[in-house]
Amino acid sequence: MFRDAALVAGKDLRIEARSRVATNQVAPFAVLVLVLFAFALDPDRGVLTTAAAGLFWVAVLFSSLLAVQRSFAVESADSARDGLRLSGLDPAGIFLGKASAVAAQLLALEVVLGIGIVTFYDTRLHGAALLLVTCLVATIGLAAAGTVYGILAAGLRVRETLLPLLVLPAVAPVLLAATRAWQVALGQSADDGWRWVQLLGVFAVVYVAFGVLAFGPLLEES
Amino acid sequence: MPLAVRFRAAVSLLGRFPALAGVDLDVAGGEVVLVQGPNGAGKTTLLRAAAGLVAVASGEAEVLGHDLTRDRRAVRRRVGLLGHATFLYDDLSVADNVRFAVRAAGRNRSIDDALAKLELDGRVRDVAVARLSAGQRRRVAIAALVARQPDLWLLDEPHAGLDADGRDLLDGLVAGAAADGSAVLIASHELERAGAIAHRTVTMAGGQIHAASGPVAPLAPEAREPAGVS
Repeated sequence: MFRDAALVAGKDLRIEARSRVATNQVAPFAVLVLVLFAFALDPDRGVLTTAAAGLFWVAVLFSSLLAVQRSFAVESADSARDGLRLSGLDPAGIFLGKASAVAAQLLALEVVLGIGIVTFYDTRLHGAALLLVTCLVATIGLAAAGTVYGILAAGLRVRETLLPLLVLPAVAPVLLAATRAWQVALGQSADDGWRWVQLLGVFAVVYVAFGVLAFGPLLEES
Repeated sequence: MPLAVRFRAAVSLLGRFPALAGVDLDVAGGEVVLVQGPNGAGKTTLLRAAAGLVAVASGEAEVLGHDLTRDRRAVRRRVGLLGHATFLYDDLSVADNVRFAVRAAGRNRSIDDALAKLELDGRVRDVAVARLSAGQRRRVAIAALVARQPDLWLLDEPHAGLDADGRDLLDGLVAGAAADGSAVLIASHELERAGAIAHRTVTMAGGQIHAASGPVAPLAPEAREPAGVS
C-alpha cells in the first residue's frame, strides 16, 4: 500500500512540476483572495489583523478545492482513471498517494499565504509550534476529505460544480478548529489552542481511515 | 496450454442493458483470437469485462485463473488493455508514462527495450505526451503494454491511428507475445489486417458469440508469424 502511495504521489507531483498549474494558477488565486479581503476591509486595518487567521484558512480552503479538482482532472483526460484502475495499484495506496500530493501542494501554498498575511494584514506570528502543527494536521484532514469527495464526484458530468457543494460543508470543522488554533498562536485568543488541534487530529484520522477503506469501491463506481 | 479466458453464459450489464448477453468463449495461452462484429455487438464490453473493468453479473468468467465474478481486481496486474483511449497522462513524458505503467504493475524492469521496440527511444523519449500526434500516443500506449509484459493482451481496434510501420510493429509484437505464451484477444473491424495475425475468429452480435472459425488450439509457432514479420 505505501509503495503504491509513493508511486501515485510521485506521479501527481511530477505532473504538477511539469504543468505548473499549482504555481501559476492555484497560488496566485490564493494570494488574490487575501488581497481582495484586504481591499474589502482596508479602511479598518485592525479588522484585517483580527480576522487574519480566518481569512488565511478560507483562502486555504478555496485553494484546496482547486488542488483536488486538478488532482482528478488529470485522471479524467484520455480515460486515465480507467488506466489507474487497470494498473492493479492498491486503491488504498492510490488514495494515500493522491491525498499526499494534494497535502504537499497545500503545505507549500500555506507558506506563501503565511508570508501574505504577515505582509498584507500586519500580523505577527507567535506560537510557532502551534502554527506549524495546526497547518500540518489541518492540511492532512483537508487533503483526505477532498480526495474522498474528489473521487465521489469524479465520474459525474457536474463534478466541477458538485465538488464545492460536497467539500465545503464537510470541512467546516477544519475551518473552525484551524482558525481557533491560529488565533491562539497569533496571540489573539487566550483559549487552549492544542484542544483545537486535537479536534483537527480526530477529523484527519476519520477521513484518512474512511478514504483508505472506501476509495476502492468509490473508484470502481466512478 | 491452460485457458487464459473462460467465459460461460457470461452476462454484463451497462445500466439495465445486457451488453454481454450470455457469452461463451475460451482463449488459450499462446492463442490470438479476433473478435469481429457490428458496432454495438459487445466487443469492447467483452474486452473490458476480461480486464476486470466491467462486472460480470451472472454466468462464469475466469481470466488467468481468477474468478471475475468474485474479484475483478486480482487479475488487473496481469492483463494489458489497449482501448480506444490511451490511458496516458498528457503532462508526463513518454518515458515517465511507460515507467509509471510498469511500476504500477509491480514490476521493476527497464523500459528501454519497450521504448526501442516502438521506436520511441530517441528525442521523443522525454517529450510530454500532450505534444505528440495521435499515432505517436498510440505507440506510447503500446510501449506501456509491452513493458508490462501482461499474460493477456486485450486489444480494441489496435491498428487505429497507426501508420504502416506502426501497424507492422504491432503485428510483430502480438506474434511475439503469443509465441511467449501470452493470450491475445483482438476486437477489430479491420478484418484483413487483424485476421492475418489471428489464429481464429469469433463473431459477436447482440452481446453473444454466434460463430467461430479457424483452429481452436494455438497454432505452431512458425504458423503464428504474420505476413512481413520475421
